[in-house]
Amino acid sequence: MSAAPDTAALVIIGAGLAGWTTAREFRKLDTSTPIVLVTADSGDFYAKPTLSNACAQKRTAEQLVTTPAAKMAETLNVTLHANTQVTAMDTQVQCISVTGADGAAHQVAYGQLVLATGAHPIRIPLDGDAAGQVQSINQLTDLAHFQQRLGEEPKTVLIMGAGLIGCEFANDLVLGGHTVHLVDPAQRPLAALLPEGASAQMQSALSGIDVRWHLGTTVQSLHSSTGAHPLQAQLANGETVDADLVLSAIGLRADVALAQAAHIHCERGVVVNEMLQTSAAHVYALGDCAQYASAGARTLPYVMPIMNAARALAATLAGTPTSLVFPLMPVSVKTPALPTVVAAAHPATPGQWVAEELDAEAAHSGGAWRYMDSDGQQRGFVLTGKQTARRMELSKTTVL
Amino acid sequence: MKTYICIVCGFVYDEAAGRPEDGLAPGTLWADVPDTWACPDCGVAKSDFELVVV
Repeated sequence: MSAAPDTAALVIIGAGLAGWTTAREFRKLDTSTPIVLVTADSGDFYAKPTLSNACAQKRTAEQLVTTPAAKMAETLNVTLHANTQVTAMDTQVQCISVTGADGAAHQVAYGQLVLATGAHPIRIPLDGDAAGQVQSINQLTDLAHFQQRLGEEPKTVLIMGAGLIGCEFANDLVLGGHTVHLVDPAQRPLAALLPEGASAQMQSALSGIDVRWHLGTTVQSLHSSTGAHPLQAQLANGETVDADLVLSAIGLRADVALAQAAHIHCERGVVVNEMLQTSAAHVYALGDCAQYASAGARTLPYVMPIMNAARALAATLAGTPTSLVFPLMPVSVKTPALPTVVAAAHPATPGQWVAEELDAEAAHSGGAWRYMDSDGQQRGFVLTGKQTARRMELSKTTVL
Repeated sequence: MKTYICIVCGFVYDEAAGRPEDGLAPGTLWADVPDTWACPDCGVAKSDFELVVV
């Protein structure tokens, strides 16, 4: 029999959207149970999707903070351990070991523990003396660092990865006056999310604002250069691209290190059941680090799943066991050159994309695609351009 | 006309543009947006929006 914890505290690891939203939703249901939030960063609250449109809006990383950490902690009655690393978890005695900014180590006991550790950018090893210059932007401090290097003058930026984040950053940087090269191994942008016709529209829209494409190839090596730009990328197709900065936007990998070290079951993410519980008692996970049973064992690194998960989890933690059921969650691709909304079916759903026949005028300003399964039911959709106004209409005809 | 931002996801509601797809005509003031309206990008409530100071 394991020792009962000497505390009923709810301890949350991570102060991103998942961590703070769990605290906020829990406080709506329970105003007295102590909440302790431990985070490796400052804990300042900001809307993460604004990382990829800060440039066009001429906002600095600092200006993206909507609520400083201290204000969040005060409003939600949370004990905040900022700039603090969690070094270990003991799920038997229900406590975590932490090291604060001052280097002092101590232990925090929990009644219930929530892992909201997020994800980190996937990095692929490159050759070349400047390989270490590649940056990713997955949090506020990354953006601050990137903006500092970007400076005031127009720059040339090479982006590796033409998925959602790569395309959003490409559009944003162009609007900020920069030159952008997009490199992706697929033959078309957003290949994993969009039907071919929609990818073609995106490619053409971004070409229209002068994004330079390098599709069907990868960056092999990155070298310092004495030319007009300090970096030179060697692509697998033989081309070279001169650039001032290189951004990697090839995807995210759930941060499972802490859970794994505590022998909690992890696959692509921390595996959680419909109640968001991990394989350890009293330990839960949500957000970019979680692999949801409620989503067919997928990770869902978007905002809307976090909001839904946090509401269900808060209810469970407050004493009302609540299964998480995801509604249809369309994702907006924030590319002003071609606004796009994607409601994806589970990738294992057999079916095909069917383009809607639009009259010539409508077809010129957007498109609509439905993902139809083998029974003829609509399981997802993609809308581009002016057709994005039909989001509600197509949501209603989508079968989950 | 003012603009309001969703504190969670950064979605911007612009009174001048309204949100015709949700039945909010251009020019619909924030005060007249129903309390049941939710952020189209992340689903949070109207009360989770803040005035954008430009």
